[in-house]
Amino acid sequence: MSDVILEMKKITKEFSGVKALADVQLSVKRGEIHALCGENGAGKSTLMNVLSGVYPYGTYTGDIIYNNEVCQFHNIKESEAKGIVIIHQELALSPCLSIAENVFLGNEQTSVKGVINWTKTKSKAKEMLAKVGLEDENVNLPVNLLGVGKQQLIEIAKALAKKVELLILDEPTAALNDEESKKLLELMLELKKQGITCIIISHKLNEISYVADSITIIRDGKTIETIEKEKEDFTEDRIIKGMVGRELTNRYPKREDVKIGKTIFEVKDWNVFHPEEAERQMIKNVSFHVREGEVVGFAGLMGAGRTELAMSIFGKTYGQKIQGSIKMHGKEVRIKNVKDAIQHKLAYVSEDRKNYGLVLIEDIKRNMTMAALKKFFSKNGVVNKNEEILAANKFMKKINIKANSIDQKVVSLSGGNQQKVVLAKWMLTQPDVLILDEPTRGIDVGAKYEIYCVINELAKAGKAIIIISSEMPEIIGTCDRVYVINEGEIAGELNEYEVSQEKIMQCVMAHNRKGE
Amino acid sequence: MREKKVKNLDMKQYGMVVALIAVFLIFSFLTKGANMTPMNMNNLIMQNGYVVILAVGMLLCVLTGNIDLGVGSMVALSGAVIGILLVDYKVNIWIAILAAILVGLLSGVFVGFFVSKLGIPPFIVTLATMLMGRGLTYTVLQAQTKGPFPNEFTYIGAGFLPTIKVNLGGRPIDVISVGVAIIISVLILLAEFKDIKTKEKYGFATNPLWQIAIKEIVILAIVWFIFSKLATCNGIPFVLVIMAVLAGFYHYITTKTVAGRQIYALGGNAKAAKLSGINTEKVFFWVYTNMGIMCAIAGIVLSARNGSSTPKAGDGFEMDAIASCYIGGAATAGGVGTVIGAVVGAFIMGILNNGMSLYGWSTDIQKIVKGAVLLGAVTVDLVTKRKKG
Repeated sequence: MSDVILEMKKITKEFSGVKALADVQLSVKRGEIHALCGENGAGKSTLMNVLSGVYPYGTYTGDIIYNNEVCQFHNIKESEAKGIVIIHQELALSPCLSIAENVFLGNEQTSVKGVINWTKTKSKAKEMLAKVGLEDENVNLPVNLLGVGKQQLIEIAKALAKKVELLILDEPTAALNDEESKKLLELMLELKKQGITCIIISHKLNEISYVADSITIIRDGKTIETIEKEKEDFTEDRIIKGMVGRELTNRYPKREDVKIGKTIFEVKDWNVFHPEEAERQMIKNVSFHVREGEVVGFAGLMGAGRTELAMSIFGKTYGQKIQGSIKMHGKEVRIKNVKDAIQHKLAYVSEDRKNYGLVLIEDIKRNMTMAALKKFFSKNGVVNKNEEILAANKFMKKINIKANSIDQKVVSLSGGNQQKVVLAKWMLTQPDVLILDEPTRGIDVGAKYEIYCVINELAKAGKAIIIISSEMPEIIGTCDRVYVINEGEIAGELNEYEVSQEKIMQCVMAHNRKGE
Repeated sequence: MREKKVKNLDMKQYGMVVALIAVFLIFSFLTKGANMTPMNMNNLIMQNGYVVILAVGMLLCVLTGNIDLGVGSMVALSGAVIGILLVDYKVNIWIAILAAILVGLLSGVFVGFFVSKLGIPPFIVTLATMLMGRGLTYTVLQAQTKGPFPNEFTYIGAGFLPTIKVNLGGRPIDVISVGVAIIISVLILLAEFKDIKTKEKYGFATNPLWQIAIKEIVILAIVWFIFSKLATCNGIPFVLVIMAVLAGFYHYITTKTVAGRQIYALGGNAKAAKLSGINTEKVFFWVYTNMGIMCAIAGIVLSARNGSSTPKAGDGFEMDAIASCYIGGAATAGGVGTVIGAVVGAFIMGILNNGMSLYGWSTDIQKIVKGAVLLGAVTVDLVTKRKKG
């Protein structure tokens, strides 16, 4: 019996000229758990967004055949009406509303049109909760009193309330601890028994091999292969091979004439707790160092704690109860806020340029000088606009920002050029140590190359550079040394010669097993 | 030889000035020139002094993406302090002024503390100070009006700079006003000249000469129009001096200093500003503290002009100040707006008020028109921006 519930044929999706998906094929059998694997940025979430109508019909090419019917979804409502429900990584719950209200969010139980029938809402909510193993919860409580794990289950209850046939889970366990993850996976198996088909996106290969019936591997926006459990064993090595097996051409410019000098940045026994949940330790006893002219990578999966580590170091912009020591040029320094960090020649380029890197409504020039204004472009608190313009023009040329002029608002720039503006902003503070968090996220290949060139230039100038990246080839292609980070700890350190995607994944897996 | 770069003037920032002139001309047509008389020009300036002062302070709050609702009450409270000190205690006017500014400062610190240290939304904090300030004013004044004030004090709000009248064609003309106008004109031209020179020195793009010429002619025409009217009336009102100094000072702060830049950055994206080393709490604190001081200055000017302090003083001023900022092109989300814009916005409101009174419309109708103008100005601003994408 190979009853196919969903078939996606030749799906192609472009973002401003960059192909995120190219002729992707996906075929899902009724009643199975189908896993989508691939590196970050491979196009898994994009594919699911195409399926659920987040990217409406017409913005992509290709066919979606669902229940033997060609579908053209224009929004999420249309796909949900057919029984396709997607649960995104960021939960779509309204935190202050009750559990019952959230279960029927957008699907309210009404008696007369527009008037909520509370009795029905609550009794039905209880029913749905029982299906996901939360029968003991009080449906009147606001959801934000529940932990992330239970909130995830509420999301599933919400999907069940919509009479889901095909449930899509995007990294459902990324924010969960082991016990919660286990519970969720058991629930998936239970739903399978009830005949619900599931697509799961996950980086946790052990989980996938536990629940999935078949795996489709996507790499660089293309379908690589589909492995079926009946035919082949799901060993982690087998999956990794499929995910990784790419040839590395020279997507990464060579670094020449760079002398790695003495250690200039050293962090010892760094401990950080979650900003809201004081008991939850996010970073545990992390120690690392970076040398002059060295490019060091922080590899790991999403949610491993790399950004949290970087931001807690950069002026305590993340977390609480931060402990540990930082040494710059061998001298211990205390960095209480961002100003101190800049003063000590530390720079951090955020992974989220739109929210944390740029003032979108301002022009290129003002964004570039934002962090360095006080130190380098002003005297007695008065801005030297002429020097500012000169510097902005110089950097625009130097790192090849494509814009009409430095007076152009950054909101109108492409992702790659925006990223360059953020880079320029921090280069202008004349740092010794730069932490680049996902420096090439969401930008095209050409701009990536240019950013790698800038990184090389910086290394050549004797800066110490830390690159946080979820794209393993990027880490391997650009770094001299790699720390593998997993669950807030350093899971391993690999030098230039031993680093490979397999090795990184092995470090993560070994560390995961140790935790279990 | 370096290639000479030329770029067009950004007309957007002058749109408000054009609107100001248009509104003025419409009313001079409707009132058959009644709003152009020297006496009325004089009144326009003296009546709107406090709005301009408040609008300038309010602009900083608006730049952070917030507003201050407590402004009217704070104006009344600082006025009440002056009334009590001058009338009941007969203190020296300087002490009264200092006390009023101190009260403004403290109220600003109060708001600043709640907003920056405790993270309470400014809307709530200033709604509270609006109620508390009004109540406090009624309490200290025991719901009575204090007055009259000594002449040295009322000079601030109702006085004029010394004049030297010369007869010119049968009409007395104030030479001081003419002199000030000449000095201002020279300074404006010198600033423009210096600007062009530095642009050339650094090899930056300059604006086409004819555009600069038109801009300067319009600016100088406005200056000379106002001063010629003032010269044939009572000379330069002292309020104009206060207004000009404050507007100039804050224009300088917002356009030329690091502190100003930090306010814009905070309003544009607070998270990014924070991660760029800007102490956003500190910026918030000073913006609201500053607003308190500006309220005190406006309170001084208002009570001096009225010659008395009343518990009802300043009622609704916060709305005038906020409206001035938005009419002047500031964005509700923060990060966009200029001091000049706020001043122009305040005068557009003032000219509207004044013109409608002369035309004989009641204050009820005036409110409808003012509301419509505010809505219209912001709608046009936003819709055109959206079209540009």
